[in-house]
Amino acid sequence: MAKQVVQLDRVIIRFAGDSGDGMQLTGDRFTSETAMLGNDLATLPDFPAEIRAPAGTLPGVSAFQLHFADHDIMTPGDAPNVLVAMNPAALKANLPDLPRGSDLIVNTDEFTKRNLHRVGYDESPMEDGSLEAYRVHAIPLTSMTVGALKDVDVTRKEAERAKNMFALGLLCWLYHRPTEGTIAFLEQKFASKPTLLRANTIAFEAGWSFGETTEDFSVSYEIKPAPVRPGQYRNISGNLAMAHGLLAASWRSGLPLFLGSYPITPASDILHELSKHKRFGVRTFQAEDEIAGVGAALGAAFGGHLGVTTTSGPGLALKAETVGLAVSLELPLVICDIQRGGPSTGLPTKTEQSDLLQALYGRNGEAPVPVVAPRSPSDCFNAAVEAVRIAVTYRTPVIVLSDGYLANGSEPWRIPDLDELPTIDPEFATEPNHTSADGKEEFWPYLRDPETLARAWAAPGTAGLEHRIGGLEKQDGSGNVSYDPANHDLMVRTRQAKVDRIAASIPPLEVDDPGDDADILVLGWGSTYGPIGAAVRRCRDAGLHVAQAHFRHLNPLPDNTEHVLKRYRTVLLPEMNLGQLAMLLRGRFLVDVISYTQVRGMPFKAAELASVIQEAASDE
Amino acid sequence: MNSPAPGFGLIAAAAGKDSHVDPLAGIPTVDEPLKTKDFKTDQEVRWCPGCGDYAVLAAVQSFLPELNIRRENIVFVSGIGCSSRFPYYMNTYGMHSIHGRAPAIATGLAISRPDLSVWVVTGDGDALSIGGNHLIHALRRNVNLKVLLFNNRIYGLTKGQYSPTSEQGKVTKSTPLGSLDVPFNPVSLALGAEASFVARTIDSDRKHLTGVLRAAAHHRGTALVEIYQNCNIFNDGAFELLKAPDTRDDAVIRLEHGEPIRFGAEGQHGVARMPDGTLRVVDVAEYGTKRLLVHDAHAPNPEVAFALSRLADPSSLNATAIGVYRDVHRATYDDLLHEQIAAAVDDQGIGDRPVLEDLIAGKDTWHVDT
Repeated sequence: MAKQVVQLDRVIIRFAGDSGDGMQLTGDRFTSETAMLGNDLATLPDFPAEIRAPAGTLPGVSAFQLHFADHDIMTPGDAPNVLVAMNPAALKANLPDLPRGSDLIVNTDEFTKRNLHRVGYDESPMEDGSLEAYRVHAIPLTSMTVGALKDVDVTRKEAERAKNMFALGLLCWLYHRPTEGTIAFLEQKFASKPTLLRANTIAFEAGWSFGETTEDFSVSYEIKPAPVRPGQYRNISGNLAMAHGLLAASWRSGLPLFLGSYPITPASDILHELSKHKRFGVRTFQAEDEIAGVGAALGAAFGGHLGVTTTSGPGLALKAETVGLAVSLELPLVICDIQRGGPSTGLPTKTEQSDLLQALYGRNGEAPVPVVAPRSPSDCFNAAVEAVRIAVTYRTPVIVLSDGYLANGSEPWRIPDLDELPTIDPEFATEPNHTSADGKEEFWPYLRDPETLARAWAAPGTAGLEHRIGGLEKQDGSGNVSYDPANHDLMVRTRQAKVDRIAASIPPLEVDDPGDDADILVLGWGSTYGPIGAAVRRCRDAGLHVAQAHFRHLNPLPDNTEHVLKRYRTVLLPEMNLGQLAMLLRGRFLVDVISYTQVRGMPFKAAELASVIQEAASDE
Repeated sequence: MNSPAPGFGLIAAAAGKDSHVDPLAGIPTVDEPLKTKDFKTDQEVRWCPGCGDYAVLAAVQSFLPELNIRRENIVFVSGIGCSSRFPYYMNTYGMHSIHGRAPAIATGLAISRPDLSVWVVTGDGDALSIGGNHLIHALRRNVNLKVLLFNNRIYGLTKGQYSPTSEQGKVTKSTPLGSLDVPFNPVSLALGAEASFVARTIDSDRKHLTGVLRAAAHHRGTALVEIYQNCNIFNDGAFELLKAPDTRDDAVIRLEHGEPIRFGAEGQHGVARMPDGTLRVVDVAEYGTKRLLVHDAHAPNPEVAFALSRLADPSSLNATAIGVYRDVHRATYDDLLHEQIAAAVDDQGIGDRPVLEDLIAGKDTWHVDT
């Protein structure tokens, strides 16, 4: 009997299981197949900080949410339409998010008395009627996988571990995903273990066939590709995009890339990625601590290389003194802070935007540092390139504020043409730039470009330009140590003016206000772009006139910022902190910015933001 | 200039391949010999009159020309403290950085630029207190750095607090009743941190100091040189026992590779290894010369060097050995890294634009036409 095929415009699936169940891998594979099909998509991995929390417990639940559609979407979705629950803990942890009427695929093998008790179920929710509001598909995933593998020479444990592939196969059938990519992936992953390759392939195919034959699923679904700009596409996560952006900027500037880093969640993947690319001359250095990571990067920058360090909030705190030194030395340096929940160790695997003030002000003295923030996973590529452009052009440290949501989330990305990258020219000094009173030609490291105020940069190895720089205040021009009060005042103001002048090289804040008649402006920065955009769309669909603007540059702000803020009667600014940017904008521009904040370790939900916007608009 | 050429930076990736033959391999040499005055800057030296730092500065400036390497390829990196002003007075490239971090900064520089001779100038507080972590890891990695550790057993720039090498019970502004902690022995610490080169010398002994600097410069890898340096303002006479004509011969053990270890004005003291493996100072007249310990700076095992470092009294410094304790060849971190880069280029080809484009595109791509 041919099954019915239903067309859908979008679907949100959440895979949830134990940390050891391979849910992230399952989600990744489903995402790849979905990307290949040309749907627009956004993902949200959500996993515990512990590598293997006790099996079957609520803290051990690891989940992966994927939103895909036949149109342009902006977020991983608020609530899933389909929940795959591999055990009672996964069901209990995720059921509150599941709207009534949604599909619920449950691995019944794990619903044993012991597992149920462990998470506080007295009776199985499968039997007590509490799941009546959902379309429940009770499937013994584990035993069906083991059954499918009875002729394969694997242990029972190995067979059970392939159950995620069975689930993946079933979901691929249900949503008409291609299977070749996963087969190729398994062939590569298990190239040296043919038995495990066979087991996983058979489990995957068995899951697909089960969908095809079982009466449980009477329909399958099709989601057409989303119309997008022509070009070559791939799927990419934020951390990978960041790593590739740094590589591209290294190529563009001609500066060899040096990464000094200390492992920290959720930034480590950038170190992992760049350490693979030695053929480009990339030097990655796993330092003894966060301070050494940034110190080594600064040393490389002094040597004329592109010095980069990657970290998260606790690491940025440790690097503060070295970043201040870089401000004083006026050397290019890029610090990528992949923010996570704080303070202190906080929530290592969850997202937050609470390092903004630390990035802007977390140093002794007047130490201005440019700050840029990506708005989506793929945008991490552009943010990295922009950070390098500013750092090299203006001889300054630059902080990139990504976060856990962008780092681990992924989306389709139109692969850029390298010729589209901005020019990044180190313009090394090669000859003396000053004549002393006695007629001697010499090199003054603190003579500046009159337009950018960037100082002359001479790398060691350049004959005749030997010079010394340091953290003590320097005399304007010569760079010699100076304690002169007027000179210090001049140097403090000059360093600030140099950062302020970057604004001349950045685009104005772009406002999306289709009718040019909105009453409310919704502002944002960084990873809230997707949720805010999705919420604004909902409001517009409901007839509201809403404008949206999103900051890429947090320091300096675009020149037209004040003008934009003062054009709207109401300005709303959602942030995943307690209102850091809102405070700055209020203080600087005397505009009554309404701050809406949440620090739950998860991105905003579009529906919730939409109601906040509606409320703010109606309060006028 | 030797700074990066356009394109990706595979500069001098093979610099380390002759390092067995020439420890300065990869660093450009001079056409015309340099002179001491070439290394002096126009900056007024601002150490206290009588400070031991002057002697070290003079020794470094007069010894560098003999290396025949270019001045523009020499970099001095320092931390914070009196001695860390050193780079300002050297007409080379230099950086006066932040407290304790010079080894980390110099590591990044040395790894990036194998064509440079990189020197770290640090003090007992800078290297052993706030920067202890960076020092031990630089030694362990064996990055191609020369570390000059000026040890005056006191904090000078902050005006006289005790340091991690001050003797226990030291009465200072911050320890009016005497310090409570046991001092580090920098040589023991360095040996414990897997150092491939460890030496100790004294500011006032110009000839010995220069000899040790020479040995360090010709060691490929991290060379730790501890320099006993007098702070005549806050800790004057800290090394008097090792310097005064009437006491120094009996208090200082001068290590010479390949020679039996003897000291005293008449060579009347010696160092011998006891049956239990420990070292002891012996009376040569009684013990004889045949069983004296012969110093082997190249011994693969650092145990004897460590035992030598323990002969000194931690408080008075009596029986302090000076000279090169250990000088062994071990592959440097930077040479190994450049070998990995060269191998990656050999195996996979150089990472040029098309390779970068392939990498950014990834393996799973799809095309959208309309």
